[in-house]
Amino acid sequence: MPTTAPAFSDATASDSALRRFLFGLPGVDAVGLEARAASLGTRSIKTTAKAYAIDLAISMIDLTTLEGADTPGKVRALAAKAVHPDPTDRTTPRTAAVCVYPDMVATATAALAGSGVKVASVATAFPAGRAALDVKLADVRDAVAAGADEIDMVIDRGAFLSGRFMKVYEEILAVKAECGTARLKVIFETGELATYDNIRRASWLGMLAGADFIKTSTGKVATNATPANTLLMLEAVRDFRAQTGVQIGVKPAGGIRTTKDAVKFLVLVNETAGEDWLDNHWFRFGASSLLNDLLMQRQKLSTGRYSGPDYVTVD
Amino acid sequence: MASAFEYAPAPESRSVVDIAPSYGLFIDGEFTEAADGKVFKTVSPSTEEVLSEVAQAGAADVDRAVKAARKAFEKWSALPGSERAKYLFRIARIIQERSRELAVLETLDNGKPIKETRDADLPLVAAHFFYYAGWADKLDHAGYGANPRPLGVAGQVIPWNFPLLMLAWKIAPALATGNTVVLKPAETTPLSALFFADICRQAGLPKGVVNILTGYGDAGEALVTHSDVNKVAFTGSTAVGKAIARSVAGTDKKVTLELGGKGANIVFDDAPIDQAVEGIVTGIFFNQGQVCCAGSRLLVQESVQDEVLDALKRRLSTLRLGDPLDKNTDIGAINSAEQLARITTLVETGEAEGAERWSAPCELPSSGYWFAPTLFTNVTQAHTVARDEIFGPVLSVLSFRTPDEAVAKANNSQYGLSAGIWTEKGSRILAVANKLRAGVVWANTFNKFDPTSPFGGYKESGYGREGGRHGLEAYLDV
Amino acid sequence: MSEQNRLGVFKTYKLYVGGKFPRSESGRVYEVTDSKGAWLANVPQSSRKDARDAVVAARKAFGGWSGATAYNRGQVLYRVAEMLEGRKEQFAREVAASEGLSKSKAAAVVDAAIDRWVWYAGWTDKIGQISGGANPVAGPFFNLSTPEPTGVVAVLAPQKSSLLGLVSVIAPVIATGNTAVVIASADAPLPALSLGEVLATSDVPGGVVNILSGATAELAAPLAAHQDVNAIDLTGAGAELAKELEIAAADNLKRVLRPLPAEADGPDPSTDWLAAPGTHRLTAFLETKTVWHPTGALGASGSSY
Repeated sequence: MPTTAPAFSDATASDSALRRFLFGLPGVDAVGLEARAASLGTRSIKTTAKAYAIDLAISMIDLTTLEGADTPGKVRALAAKAVHPDPTDRTTPRTAAVCVYPDMVATATAALAGSGVKVASVATAFPAGRAALDVKLADVRDAVAAGADEIDMVIDRGAFLSGRFMKVYEEILAVKAECGTARLKVIFETGELATYDNIRRASWLGMLAGADFIKTSTGKVATNATPANTLLMLEAVRDFRAQTGVQIGVKPAGGIRTTKDAVKFLVLVNETAGEDWLDNHWFRFGASSLLNDLLMQRQKLSTGRYSGPDYVTVD
Repeated sequence: MASAFEYAPAPESRSVVDIAPSYGLFIDGEFTEAADGKVFKTVSPSTEEVLSEVAQAGAADVDRAVKAARKAFEKWSALPGSERAKYLFRIARIIQERSRELAVLETLDNGKPIKETRDADLPLVAAHFFYYAGWADKLDHAGYGANPRPLGVAGQVIPWNFPLLMLAWKIAPALATGNTVVLKPAETTPLSALFFADICRQAGLPKGVVNILTGYGDAGEALVTHSDVNKVAFTGSTAVGKAIARSVAGTDKKVTLELGGKGANIVFDDAPIDQAVEGIVTGIFFNQGQVCCAGSRLLVQESVQDEVLDALKRRLSTLRLGDPLDKNTDIGAINSAEQLARITTLVETGEAEGAERWSAPCELPSSGYWFAPTLFTNVTQAHTVARDEIFGPVLSVLSFRTPDEAVAKANNSQYGLSAGIWTEKGSRILAVANKLRAGVVWANTFNKFDPTSPFGGYKESGYGREGGRHGLEAYLDV
Repeated sequence: MSEQNRLGVFKTYKLYVGGKFPRSESGRVYEVTDSKGAWLANVPQSSRKDARDAVVAARKAFGGWSGATAYNRGQVLYRVAEMLEGRKEQFAREVAASEGLSKSKAAAVVDAAIDRWVWYAGWTDKIGQISGGANPVAGPFFNLSTPEPTGVVAVLAPQKSSLLGLVSVIAPVIATGNTAVVIASADAPLPALSLGEVLATSDVPGGVVNILSGATAELAAPLAAHQDVNAIDLTGAGAELAKELEIAAADNLKRVLRPLPAEADGPDPSTDWLAAPGTHRLTAFLETKTVWHPTGALGASGSSY
């Protein structure tokens, strides 16, 4: 079984120790947190900084399709888009990954072979996570076997909300064990955890259990990534590295649709976790429509005129 | 900040504001030269560029302005409250319309970041006029009995740290209650008050109701000691406040004083640490610490001291100091060479007395008045930097062990303006807030202002309240 | 044995400081006469040091008294009225002698003084509601203003109205939780010194009210300049003295309650202490404290509730 960072091995020694640890984390004042996120949201990112941020954001996208109607054709189109987001401008960076359901992993892997774009797969009975552990693990195994580079698991929110933290912890450990070399992103579904205190606890729980990334949400509930919940998770990874030396990534997902939004998130990263996270190994956007807005803004910066939806591809 | 993500300059345009090469005094609805023809220059503290030349009021001008205000008082005070209200609503609206222009102007003349003038000063200025506008025809319901009367001519002297906001705090309640005013802005920040005179003109405010005298302390003194002034309102230093309190002895002038402070920001070990760090930063680095209610003393529980200080230093290292007109600037210029010298002297005293200085690693521009965000550790109650108001971006850090000790240290000051409490325990907030001898207590927040919220100090931080229903009392014969 | 034959027992009038009845530290006394010049008593001629001791006592008492519940302070003030009621005759005699009033007028003044305690007893737990409250700030914050006592208040009692005027200036100061150092009427201090005895038996904690007799200007000067006095009520000062004291009071920015215009022209017997007092004397020695706290949403996702 993978081990917890040594600095916190006591915290996970027992159910009650874990509970004490999580409840011992500093509280979060919602108004203050949101005010800080909003204040960083007023940063004015222009010209060269904007160009840098747009390319960085494109390179951080987990281009996602998670629909019941997904087909191999759809996934292949998405993969093509990930590799060449703007066919008219080959200097456009590739996205970080495409993110699909496990049964589409093989298609995606084939389509992306040699491109450097990763294949991420949601797993563990995404998005609800309401299945037996065996089923969840089988889901993970399937995705990994099909070639997924990254696994996006959902935590058991029911267990978390009812205070069974050890159950959540052990489930993450078990999934991590199935991942092999695939990097594990742990989705909290922050919209269902409801409070910032819970999001901070979940972040630490996930990091203690060996998450490579902590991720806000599935994109399937009313409230997904927000500047405030992402800021809070960035504080968590910042503090975790300060105390353990272990760096963990962050992935806000869902609801980030515009360049303006994406740039705000990058400002949060820059001024909270710091520049070490300004890299798609450590920060991702779970998004789909965001990419086209970034591309239009990119075209505007290079040509000086506003672009339109007919000048980016619909995939 | 060395980062892969370098923010390109994002300056707010100066072209929205048109500063004339010279300005007169605004007396009886007209701009006029000073009686003795004196003028002085106002400079941009971030560049030392001369922005304009303004008339320097003397005693004769004060007399003229007070006479104009007296003459205007008769009709103004006799107007139905509902009519006075509409003038104030007009002023509020015009301020909103011109807020970008005024924000840029204020940033140029004061040196504070555009982010603050745009997001804090100007919205609060407009809100203050809106709030008191509504009171003008409701004074019978303010809790001071039926038909409370205005006092007459208010002589108002304001500081340079929030030029237009302090003007609003003074003028809005004065006019709402039916007084007329003579206001003297600080000599380093005269411009926004002169622009306000133009707003009065646009609003059609009757002549003489608002008079603006730019000038130095001698003009302020002539104003507050003028025998035909009925009400004195002053915001500024405690030393000047005391002189004013002496000067009005034996008269029937009503006085309100909003003076210095040395606010304690108390961080308990169960605080929401990340928000507390933000609150500490807001508390002492907002407006370069040139805030009377600044949280200039950090009292941190010893059990979390290292953690808080580490987080604080890390956070201070991300503050962006520089061109105040840049929308990404967090820390602007110090308002004047004189203030910079005072800060520098006190910081040197702190070092000489053995406190440990740490300043954020940031490059200071070569012209203008600048001071890097600074904190002192190893500070005790006996240190000068723990007792004297520095009025700059300098935080003194002290530790405590128990809530009792925190309260005792917080209250151990000649001042009593503001305090902060950071803890997740509700009963502790209430208990500590109850024991603090300070007029404004921010719990799990800091430096929040609102027109409905009374503001003012205990002890040598002054007396009287500005804002809210309480703020009316200072301008009524009650 | 008839009245005439019995030699009366004189009362030794003493100061009331810190709940005790000391003689003046100076060891001096001065002669107090009735309105016709007949000797009434020798009373302590308080010194600057007595004033200083009184401030120490008042400061020491401030924490407990200001921290007591408003209900408790109301009970205590009401108890003063009860105790005074039982000693009406003594006070009527002293007031009549001090102020030259007829027996019936003096009795009426004592009744009014008792009623004044009752009036202020009822205010202790209401003034906070009248002068404080929640402020609807434009943001996610709970914002509450509450009045708090200013601290140690030096009170120059009216020179003429030796009991009703005295009670009218002491009661509002302590009703709100301040503690007081009172300079009694210089020429008519007996009701004030006797009031000390009433306060001592009325559950008023020692030090909450301290009463000094002596020369007003001599005692007021060190109190006005005292750095540990937070406010001064100049009611009993003439115009010239009031101005001097207000200047001295500025050194630590004491809150100053100026004398009424009539009193400022020279202590004025016509000041109508019988009139309804209003709340002015209560609010004169209150500070408004405003506390902010974030409210925020019920959860990170916002809430529709």
